[in-house]
Amino acid sequence: MSELTHLTIAAALDGLAAKKFSARELTEAHLAAMAKHKNLNAYITETPEIALKQADASDQRRAGGKAGALEGIPLGIKDLFCTEGVLTTAGSHILDGFRPTYESTVTRNLFDAGAVMLGKLNLDEFAMGSSNKTSYYGNVINPWKRRGDETDLVPGGSSGGSSAAVAARIAMAATGTDTGGSIRQPAALTGTVGIKPTYGRCSRWGIVAFASSLDQAGPIARSVEDCAIMLGAMSGHDPKDSTSVEMPVPDFRKALTGDIRGLKVGIPKEYRVDGMSQEIDALWARGAEWLKAQGAELREISLPHTKYALPTYYIIAPAEASSNLARYDGVRFGLRVPGNSLDEMYELTRAAGFGKEVKRRIMIGTYVLSAGYYDAYYLQAQRIRALILRDFTDAFKDVDVILTPSTPSAAFGFNENEGDPVQMYLQDVFTVTVNLAGLPGISVPAGLDANGLPLGLQLIGRAFDEETLLRSAQVLERAANFTALPAGV
Amino acid sequence: MSLDSKTVAHIATLARIRVPESDLPGLAQELTGIMAWIEQLNEVDTKGVQPMSGVLARDLPRRADVVNDGGNPDKVLANAPEPAHGFFTVPKVIE
Repeated sequence: MSELTHLTIAAALDGLAAKKFSARELTEAHLAAMAKHKNLNAYITETPEIALKQADASDQRRAGGKAGALEGIPLGIKDLFCTEGVLTTAGSHILDGFRPTYESTVTRNLFDAGAVMLGKLNLDEFAMGSSNKTSYYGNVINPWKRRGDETDLVPGGSSGGSSAAVAARIAMAATGTDTGGSIRQPAALTGTVGIKPTYGRCSRWGIVAFASSLDQAGPIARSVEDCAIMLGAMSGHDPKDSTSVEMPVPDFRKALTGDIRGLKVGIPKEYRVDGMSQEIDALWARGAEWLKAQGAELREISLPHTKYALPTYYIIAPAEASSNLARYDGVRFGLRVPGNSLDEMYELTRAAGFGKEVKRRIMIGTYVLSAGYYDAYYLQAQRIRALILRDFTDAFKDVDVILTPSTPSAAFGFNENEGDPVQMYLQDVFTVTVNLAGLPGISVPAGLDANGLPLGLQLIGRAFDEETLLRSAQVLERAANFTALPAGV
Repeated sequence: MSLDSKTVAHIATLARIRVPESDLPGLAQELTGIMAWIEQLNEVDTKGVQPMSGVLARDLPRRADVVNDGGNPDKVLANAPEPAHGFFTVPKVIE
């Protein structure tokens, strides 16, 4: 029943409600599809027993007239979310054998809404990367390939298992996390929709921390409507995360009216970066025209500190990571490499347990926080972060949403962007500003490049105005009418 | 800002990551490259700008000072590499 795996969440909920199929059938169809696409390496751990048990329980609840917002919907969970009793790796060797004795708030919310867990999805180690190449559990393969070319391509990162699984129809949707673009960039590279909500919208409790002031959970799905359904279930205040805001969660689906007449759309001139492909520039212009055709008003805006966002991020995120990752010391969980002294045990455990990119970032973070450099690097970065936020605050006095490309390129090969770490960091040039400012951003598939690979457009919204953001994104989605599928799916 | 092998060895010690001597020059070169790219931040005039540690401009919420969790030593130790007698263990630190 492969057609079941092609349904959107919205259509699957209708089908389940109309008793056209059961949650068990829907889950079995996904488990069968997962078996066929093992070559993608999207899942680190598959959990078919849990999935079938949850599906049966869901069918019973539905029969009893109690259906949650995601009742019976099979999802993949990024392996950065702690799941009670189920191996949680963060894509790292250092968490070997870690089975949390607690459930993250976001996954708890999803299960309370009736969702089914198919398994834990691969990711860049500790969510540090833009290609899913840094995972201890191996590369994830993008189901998309260049036309007439069998070269394997990256699925983006860090939520690369999530994006590949949703694109390959081996999960109806997936959770992701986004610290500098880790939901939106992989969504753009796989023809899927990904939203990073406003900082504070989703609880970070039980999510393995990377950079606490930037990390935020969100969904990757195959339509804007599905993202709205997922986000509604994931969001909400949680006393266990002091940065989760006490604010009611709107009915995001209701916001999708299709009406953007009078909406003011900002086009930031600083996002026209050097070396950006003609194709992406043209797609961006087309996206603006689509919104205009539906009654929106376009305005050129300026976000003057945009070019400093990435280097600012590469101080702040590693600084926070170097502190957050201090907990991996071989004492309380995960890998331990014996040593003759406590320090030697720490050093050997961390040398063996962390991969190259994670070590690089811990060391940059340690350096910029060390005596004599703190003011010059860390405080300067925090001041520029304030200027980046001010740019957005000023811009949002005149516009309701901002339209930009999602990424500077389509999916690339595993040997491309290799060698120079900065080259890989540039993947996040359009997404990272949003994390620094704490704003919501969404990537929508908007077309194919000359090689037949998906390209995305990003919309950025005001803090806690995901409703306007999702409404605009759905209008963009309808105009783009992206229906292409990766070969073999 | 150029980082030499000696500086990188010091950072590695601070970060408690063992780096073999032979890896230091390569790592120094990589980190120097990244820091050189980051140097452009010095162009920005930030006089009078308050450093921003997070986006939420509010005080942290408080809760009543009561015990609301705990009493689960087995759960706490469930993932420990070498627990013993209800404790985490580490190599001997006092002679």
